[in-house]
Parts: sequence; C-alpha cells; structure tokens
Amino acid sequence: MAGTRDKLGRPIVVVTGLGVVTSLGAGKADNWAKLTAGESGISAISRFPTEGLKTRIAGTVDFLPPQSCTAALCEAMADIAAEEAIVQSGLGSRGDFPGPLFLAVPPIEIEWPQRLEVSARSGANDKVTYTDLLRASSQFPAYHGRFQFASVADHLAEKFGTKGSPISLSTACASGATAIQLGVEAIRRGETDAAICAGTDGSINPEALIRFSLLSALSTSNDVPQAAAKPFSKNRDGFIMAEGAAALVLESYESAKARGAKILGLLEGCGEMTDAFHRTRSSPDGRPIIGCIAAAIQDAGLTPADIDYVNAHGTSTPENDKMEYLGCAAVFGERVKSVPISSNKSMIGHTLSAAGAIEAVFSILTMQHGRIPPTINYLVPDPAIPLDVVPNKARDAEVRHAISNSFGFGGQNVSLVMGREPA
Amino acid sequence: MAEAAREAWITGIGIVSCLGEGPQAHLQKMMAGQPAADTTMFAPFVIHPLAVINLDAQIPKKGDQRQMEAWQRIGTYAAGLALDSAGVKGKPEILSHMDMIVAASGGERDVAVDAAILSGMPGAKDPAAFLNERLMSDLRPTLFLAQLSNLLAGNISIVHGVTGSSRTFMGEESAGVDAVRIALSRINAGQSDIALVGAAYNGERPDLLMIYEFGKYMLKDRYAPVWERGGNGGLALGSLGAFLVIEAREHAEKRGAKPMARLTAVVSDRSDRKPGAITAVLGRLWDKIKDKVAIGHTAVLSGATGAQPATDEERAFLGAHADLAVRATGSYLGHAPEPQFPMNVALAAIALGHGSLFAPADSTGLERPMTGELRQVVVTGVGHWRGEGLALLEKVG
Repeated sequence: MAGTRDKLGRPIVVVTGLGVVTSLGAGKADNWAKLTAGESGISAISRFPTEGLKTRIAGTVDFLPPQSCTAALCEAMADIAAEEAIVQSGLGSRGDFPGPLFLAVPPIEIEWPQRLEVSARSGANDKVTYTDLLRASSQFPAYHGRFQFASVADHLAEKFGTKGSPISLSTACASGATAIQLGVEAIRRGETDAAICAGTDGSINPEALIRFSLLSALSTSNDVPQAAAKPFSKNRDGFIMAEGAAALVLESYESAKARGAKILGLLEGCGEMTDAFHRTRSSPDGRPIIGCIAAAIQDAGLTPADIDYVNAHGTSTPENDKMEYLGCAAVFGERVKSVPISSNKSMIGHTLSAAGAIEAVFSILTMQHGRIPPTINYLVPDPAIPLDVVPNKARDAEVRHAISNSFGFGGQNVSLVMGREPA
Repeated sequence: MAEAAREAWITGIGIVSCLGEGPQAHLQKMMAGQPAADTTMFAPFVIHPLAVINLDAQIPKKGDQRQMEAWQRIGTYAAGLALDSAGVKGKPEILSHMDMIVAASGGERDVAVDAAILSGMPGAKDPAAFLNERLMSDLRPTLFLAQLSNLLAGNISIVHGVTGSSRTFMGEESAGVDAVRIALSRINAGQSDIALVGAAYNGERPDLLMIYEFGKYMLKDRYAPVWERGGNGGLALGSLGAFLVIEAREHAEKRGAKPMARLTAVVSDRSDRKPGAITAVLGRLWDKIKDKVAIGHTAVLSGATGAQPATDEERAFLGAHADLAVRATGSYLGHAPEPQFPMNVALAAIALGHGSLFAPADSTGLERPMTGELRQVVVTGVGHWRGEGLALLEKVG
C-alpha cells in the first residue's frame, strides 16, 4: 500500500472530523469567523462573585445551561465537540464509533457546592469535620459516579459507542496534544483504523481560579478583559483561564481513502520531551522545549525549513513566551524572525487541558482556509522576542505544514506537526 | 502490524504497601498469610495504612519531600525502588529515553482548611466573599501541585531524572490497566524501548473515603478477606505504591539486565455494568489470551475489590475456570484504584520468580492450594465501578 504510509513505513494519519467549543461559541464556523476577525472571548466572570480576587476575568463558556460542577461542564462541552467531529467525519453510525477514545480532562474534584450540601445534611453544629461529612455521604449516591476521574470519558464512550477502554489523561496544559499523540500512535501501531481524540476543560470555579492566582500565573488586567491576554507583548502579565473543548477524528489515510472521506489535514508528527528542572518552570537553557519541537518535526519526516506557521503555546506569561521564543529560535535559526507565529490564546484565553486539542483544530483550519488567525492585543512589542506574531489582524498565507506547541506544569512539553493532504 | 511483536520483560519492580516495601517483604507476608488492616484510624471504615518507610532513601532532598503530598511521596518512593531494582537509577543515558506512564488521581485536600470553611461559611454575612477570602489566605500555593494529577510524574522526573516522556492516565482502576497496556503496546510495536509504569495512592484521606461512601462502596466495622465479604461487602482502601520497569528484551539484553518475568499480554475493555456484563467482558478478554495459557501451570492474581456486584461477577468468571488457582491480593493489601493493577502485575512477577503461589486467604472455597510449578500468572483488574482488564505474565526460561 504505497502512498498510505509515511517515510518511515508507518500508516499515515489523517483528520476527517473536527469539533470545537470555546468562549467564542460552539462549532467550527462560529469560532473560525470570530478568531479570524480578531474577536476576544474574554470577559468579566459572572458565574460566581469575584469580590476580593486578584483576577476577575476569564474565558468562560456561558452559553450552555448552567452545570453543577466542572466535571459536568467538561462533559457538556466535550459532547458538543465530539458530536460535531463525528458527524463531519461520517465515520461509523450513531452511537457506534469504530475506534477508541483518548480524552484530556482536568482532575475531577468534589467542589464547594457539593461539600456544603453534604455538610448541611450532616446536621453538625458549629465545627464541621470530615467525620461529619462521612456520616452523611451515603445520602448522595449520584456523587460517586459524578466525581470519578473516569466519569467524563465514560459518558462519552457510552454515548458515542467508542471501542475499548476509554483513556482519560493529563499532561497538564499539554493534555489535549497528548490525547492526539496517543491516537496517532494507536493508528501507527495498526491497532485501530480510527480514534477520537478530545480535550475538554471547564475549570472556572472559585478554588481553581484562586489556585492559579496564588501561583501568580494569571493576568490581573481586569479593567478591559478583552485586552488582558497579550502574548509576546512586553506588557504581558499572565495567562487568562478559559474553557472549551475540541475533538478530532483521526483515521488512517488508507481507511479514509477507501471510504471516500474528505480529508481535512494530516497529523504528521508528534514530539515530546520532559523537563526535570522544576515543577512549574522551564529549564533556563530551553533544552527540553527545543528537543520537543525538533522531535515533532523529525517525527513528521520534515526539516524546520518546511514549517510555514507556528501555532504558539503563547500563554501571555512572562516566562512561557520568552522560553517559547528561545525554543523556536534554536530550532528555526534566522528564520524565527520571519516564520509567522500566532497565539490563539490572545483571543480564547488558556483552555488548559483542552488547549492542545483546540489549537490543533485551529491549526488544521488555518491550513484549510489559507488564513492565519492573529495574535491580538499586540501593541507593545517585546524587543527580546523579535517574532512575526501576525499582529492584531488575520493574514492570508499558504500553510503547508504547521506546528502547534503545548507546554505544561510538571515539565510537560508536546508539539504536533500537521499538514495538508498531498495533492 | 507487519513485523512480529517485540518481546517485553519486566526488569524492575518497586512496591510499597501496608506489608512493607519491596518483593521480599511482600513475598514473606503473603506466603505466611498475614494481612494488615486497621479498623480504628477511620472507624467504622476498614483501611490498610502504609507501613513505615524511610523517604530519605529514595527522595534525598527534604525540599522535594515538602513539595509533595503523601500520594506523591509514596509514588516517587516506589518509582525509585523500581529504577534501583532495574539497575537504571542515576543512569541518564537510559533515563533520558525512558518513557513514563503514571496512573493517578490527585485532588489532595487540606483537611483543616476545608473544615474551617465548612464551619464558617453558613453563618458568614456574605458566604461567597467569605469563601474567596478564606481560600485566598489559607490555601498553600504548593498544595495545587499536589492536586494536579500529572505532578506525580513531574516529581518522578525531578527526583529521579526520567525524561524520555511523561504521560498521566486518570480514571481509577482503568487508568492502572491502560497504563500498563499502552506501555506494553508501544514496546511491542517498537515505539518505545524502556518504560516506567505505575501508580500511587494514599488510602488514608477522609476526602477519598467520602467519594466511595457516596456510593456505599466501603467495607465497615470488621476486616474480612475479599471473597468472604458477601453481598453487603465493600472495599477497604489501602495506601499503595507500585512501579514497574518494562523493557524490550533486546534493550534489556544489551545492557545485561535480567528478566523478572515476560509481560506477554495486557487487554482491557469497558462494560456498561448491566447485570452479567462484567462476566461477559472478562470472558471476551480471556478469549484474546487463552491460546497462550498453559493449563496446570497458571494461577490468577485477582484484583477483586470486595465491592459489589463487581466481585461476584468476577467470581462467576473465575468459577468457569476452575482449573486455575486464584488469589485475591486485596485481602492482604486493601484496594487502591489506580495502583491495584500495576501492583498485581508486580506481585505476579514476584510469585513467578519464587516459583509458587501465595497462601490462600479465603474460607469460601474459591482460593485453593496450587500444586505444580507456577509458570504463568493471569492478573485480573475489575474496577469497583468501571473498567475490566487482564494481563498475562510468564516465567522466562
């Protein structure tokens, strides 16, 4: 089967379905229109009172019915994204998807509303302890399933009829990219002809926001929410927490061609390298980031000169953007100044566990449409980061190969190289 | 796949539990039939608390220990034992291309902060503002790093220098099964040469007891071996750390590493848990490995939790294979969702190395003495709520 294998003899992996939800809206059409118009989905948080908090803005998904907790919102968004991707792919039949599920999700936790509810039921006076909560816990049987880490993936597996044991995973802010990487590897092993790879994150609740705030990771530019995310700018001051989900149907080229499916793009290469320097910071020499980007390009059978666009991790934290520049500069050499590199997060914020999947969807759309979404809010360039960030306005460009970077706490680095279907 | 699958060996084991640490302590106590359970620490719940371990031996920097919570310390410690046992500790030329898959939950709580907020919030003038204020001032910033599931893997990278790749699977028992399965598949297919795979769990947390008590899954009042707990039984959480070094045979031979066992197959699935579904799925998984099973020389290490109906349904599956001797390790170690399967794979390798099976801990007649040489072990992993898996290990040579 020449033509359906890559240079290393592995099955070529293609994308035949895409679905996405962000603070900009649900679905590819709406998201793409707003993304290329340079619209921001960041707003003042209205889901809960933000009194006394340093950061009071986020990219919340507020157009769905209110959900009881992060896990439920993750599930609702992933549902929409997976449905859109599977329908577009035309693969399988309703409730019978012929492949496994790889799902990036945030840690699933009991939250304050539930804790308070159990506490109230315990009937404890004044001082409440976990002993009181344990006394009342068995009156809340539905919370057992809801707060299992496997619950979101289990729901999706049941609804869409994916095959085998669904895998829930976390590599922190690289999770969405890891979900895709696991799907690529399974298809390359010949274990399956198709997989659905998704990421979802609906973590904006008081405690999650405060946790990032206590690590000084978030922007505090509350006054004009739409202008707060300013990746690669000199005045960048942290990332904006955001919500969303994305799903990609991956398929072997052979299978997609055989059934006459429309091919949206290629998943050409995956790279990863772990950083053992620090729990939340990158190695100052950038070696793991450099190794990760280089490994993805090599895995795709390409050279840095073949990459036409970098879909940046670009969180808008002082540290990330500097390190990402350093990594790109080492890999691309002089070309780093001229290869377009833009950050979707300038508009949709940092969707955490979902980011790698959402930004992979946008990378494929970038190639399909021949149009690069901008980095908005780029008003004060950082002279230490001389990059073509596609400032403020989308740009038409032919993109044959794109790389999308994802870096996370815990030394997680993953890069994905995507391409267009060969003519 | 065009090429034949590459053989995979287990070349390193690191385990800690209520029985102590390392293969010898576990072998000794399980041969002697000595479970270790506690009914007072979180009465009425039965748990299996961790034996005392010397953290400094595997996590030499106090600063690193302080940056972790108990589940991460247990895991980082067990991972260190596994790397030592495989003879790769401190060898950057190997650790830098070692792939890591950790199965983890996370979500560590500061129990005192939670209690104070729950006590004060209902009477506060503005409850939402009270919550914001208390969280802003009382949460330790580093606690977040103990709540993130992938920060056990992150700590292992930092403390032991494993940097080839790092992936964390979540999802209770299934995460443990699939971590081993994916690591093996990658080695079989030539996508990986050597992997560190495992999980850790701190069973001594009231907030985790709460999760299981929501569904009335907990064993209460009195310890009993898992098969004896009956229809109203439950699981007894245990603190466990279990890590394996799994390696392509050619990679192991090149560096002169000896196999503890061959990891022949790992298969998993998800049943919908309608009545009879677990038994049916285990039957289908068995069909995938049965051609490789040598009757008369094979035992089953069961991961049965004691929770129902999963335990009865697994028992029905095992009942259809009466020629296999069965041992449920949960009777000795308690149940820890993510580490349970990697732990039982480790114990299977230990039993194979010893050449015979542990003592039965069961008066219901399921666990029978085994005669004949032990050459293979089938490991079962049936989640208390979701997920089914099997592994097959074989003696090498």
